[in-house]
Amino acid sequence: MERLSYTLSAPIPAGGTKPRAIVGVVASGNLEVLLERALAPDLCTVEIATAAHGFAEIWAAVVADFVARRAAGGLRIAINDGGARPDTVALRLAQGARLIAGDAA
Amino acid sequence: MRDWATQKAARAARIAAGASFARGKVVQAADLAPFLEAVLRPGDRVCLEGDNQKQADLLADALAEVDPGVIHDLHMVQSGIVLPSHLDVFEKGIARRLDYSYSGPQAARIARMLYGGQIALGAVHTYLELFARYFIDLTPQVALIAAVSADRDGNLYTGPNTEDTPTVVEATSFKDGLVVAQVGEIVDRVPRVDIPGDRVHFVVEAGRPFHVEPLFTRDPGSITETQILTAMLAIKGLYAPYGIRRLNHGIGFNTAAIELLLPTYGEKLGLRGQVCTHWALNPHPTLIPAIEAGWVEQIHCFGSEVGMDDYIAARPDIYFTGADGSLRSNRAFCQTAGLYACDLFIGSTLQVDLSGHSSTVTTNRIAGFGGAPNMGSDPRGRRHPSEPWLKAGAEADPDTPAPLRRGRKLVVQIGETFGDGNVPLFVERLDALALAEKLDLPLAPVMVYGDDVTHIVTEEGIANLLLCRDPDEREQAIRGVAGYTEIGRRRDAGMVARLRERGVIRRPEDLGIDPLDADRSLLAARSIKDLALASGGLYRPPSRFRNW
Repeated sequence: MERLSYTLSAPIPAGGTKPRAIVGVVASGNLEVLLERALAPDLCTVEIATAAHGFAEIWAAVVADFVARRAAGGLRIAINDGGARPDTVALRLAQGARLIAGDAA
Repeated sequence: MRDWATQKAARAARIAAGASFARGKVVQAADLAPFLEAVLRPGDRVCLEGDNQKQADLLADALAEVDPGVIHDLHMVQSGIVLPSHLDVFEKGIARRLDYSYSGPQAARIARMLYGGQIALGAVHTYLELFARYFIDLTPQVALIAAVSADRDGNLYTGPNTEDTPTVVEATSFKDGLVVAQVGEIVDRVPRVDIPGDRVHFVVEAGRPFHVEPLFTRDPGSITETQILTAMLAIKGLYAPYGIRRLNHGIGFNTAAIELLLPTYGEKLGLRGQVCTHWALNPHPTLIPAIEAGWVEQIHCFGSEVGMDDYIAARPDIYFTGADGSLRSNRAFCQTAGLYACDLFIGSTLQVDLSGHSSTVTTNRIAGFGGAPNMGSDPRGRRHPSEPWLKAGAEADPDTPAPLRRGRKLVVQIGETFGDGNVPLFVERLDALALAEKLDLPLAPVMVYGDDVTHIVTEEGIANLLLCRDPDEREQAIRGVAGYTEIGRRRDAGMVARLRERGVIRRPEDLGIDPLDADRSLLAARSIKDLALASGGLYRPPSRFRNW
């Protein structure tokens, strides 16, 4: 199990008021994302526990793009990864940001 | 004086030798191996029928049982290396040389045997290319083929899976070769004559149907959200703006997702009747919902698909059917149709390099080509115009006056930036090059050449290579949709941004697509069971796909 941790300044604060949200499942090729509204609105942290080693550079890129493009300010995010592909990770993170903002469409 | 009929005499000798095992044209299955030893000669060119679908499996097993002391050094010229027995004949020394097209299920073993020198490889062909050579320099002396039924005169009913049979028989029988058919049963009168009996010399009753691989069945339950996103991009970013009515789809999950999005997402975009009306396509079960929703006008098929026969027979306005009511497929004609009469090919691959060359070869697996390089190429002999073809031609070559400008077929590669096991789709160097070096091949086995590819679709967007004006732009357009792969992360961000401004790269948001809308609820069927229901119970999925 590899553990990775990122703290980034977040240009867009998370919308809504929900304290927490969870998306995805821990399964092979998938991941579970827990988002908690727990930080200053211009900050985002992401903690990753992954079974797949050696992908730190890709995780850093996916997380940086997510925080730059989506409303992630104020969120403490924990990821349990089952070897998901980067496109799935990016999608789950975006789904999580939408869910905690209360737009459940 | 020269004897001008040596081949006729040779065939007569083969028939005489085989006749001692036959009553009329009928040979017993138990006598097949000694029968084959009697009619074959060492060094013969033999077509053992089998492609990515139907297999002359009884004859394949029998050929692998002949005595290599009697029959050896055969030159196999066949579409598919699919059954274990297709390679057993090389292991046992019965066959030596091979010219073929497709080897999906035997991809790993054929790679080992090629590396080990047990097979002398001529070339890996596309189907149409191999068929062409049957008439020029690879004409079989003996063809071992498969049909559904025969009468005692040798008239054959090949049924929905006619596929390669007319082509193989035409080349063999009219050049004085010997044709041996395995059939499921011998009947008094065949339901329709697919192959006239005077082209068939011996028939053996297998007592069971020939094997067919359900290669074109994709379980909607396995389609991912990312594949749905790529399908939305293809429909809204390619099918709609080019007005693609005539097309061919590959067999991957991305194109299955497109088929399942037509009645939902496509309908919402108002595209019914505007796109996807005429197809060169196998009877994909995933197209059932679109057919039922009135999207499709007609489909010509390379082969059939397991479980689809009753559905096809009930939809003769859509499919080509015979007097008996069942599908008539024909691989050679459908490959020709896909090449000349379709405006778009879209398919998935395993590796794409920075020039846009793609390949399904990895160093341990040689899957062959099948039909994709033919479908996925721009036909230089095409002369009839169509809107998408002219539009693509104008994008590629805006300066030539329209009356002298070639159109372009759209050749689209679609896929996720990472495949199974997080293996990147985009690579600096194709494994096909390493393979060519290792086997000392003059050509690397490239599935679709970069200069034929017009668009690459990934979850990150669409790269329109027609609009690239030099190799640098092309490279950055490819990097610009390569996502988080190493190729993608090493992009020139400034140049990619400029390409996006010019519409060379289009992101989901540029097309008004929110990736968060890429949801499985968009699929017109979400399981195999849904497909069976959509067909009104006419589609009967093979047991391996039934989980209810």
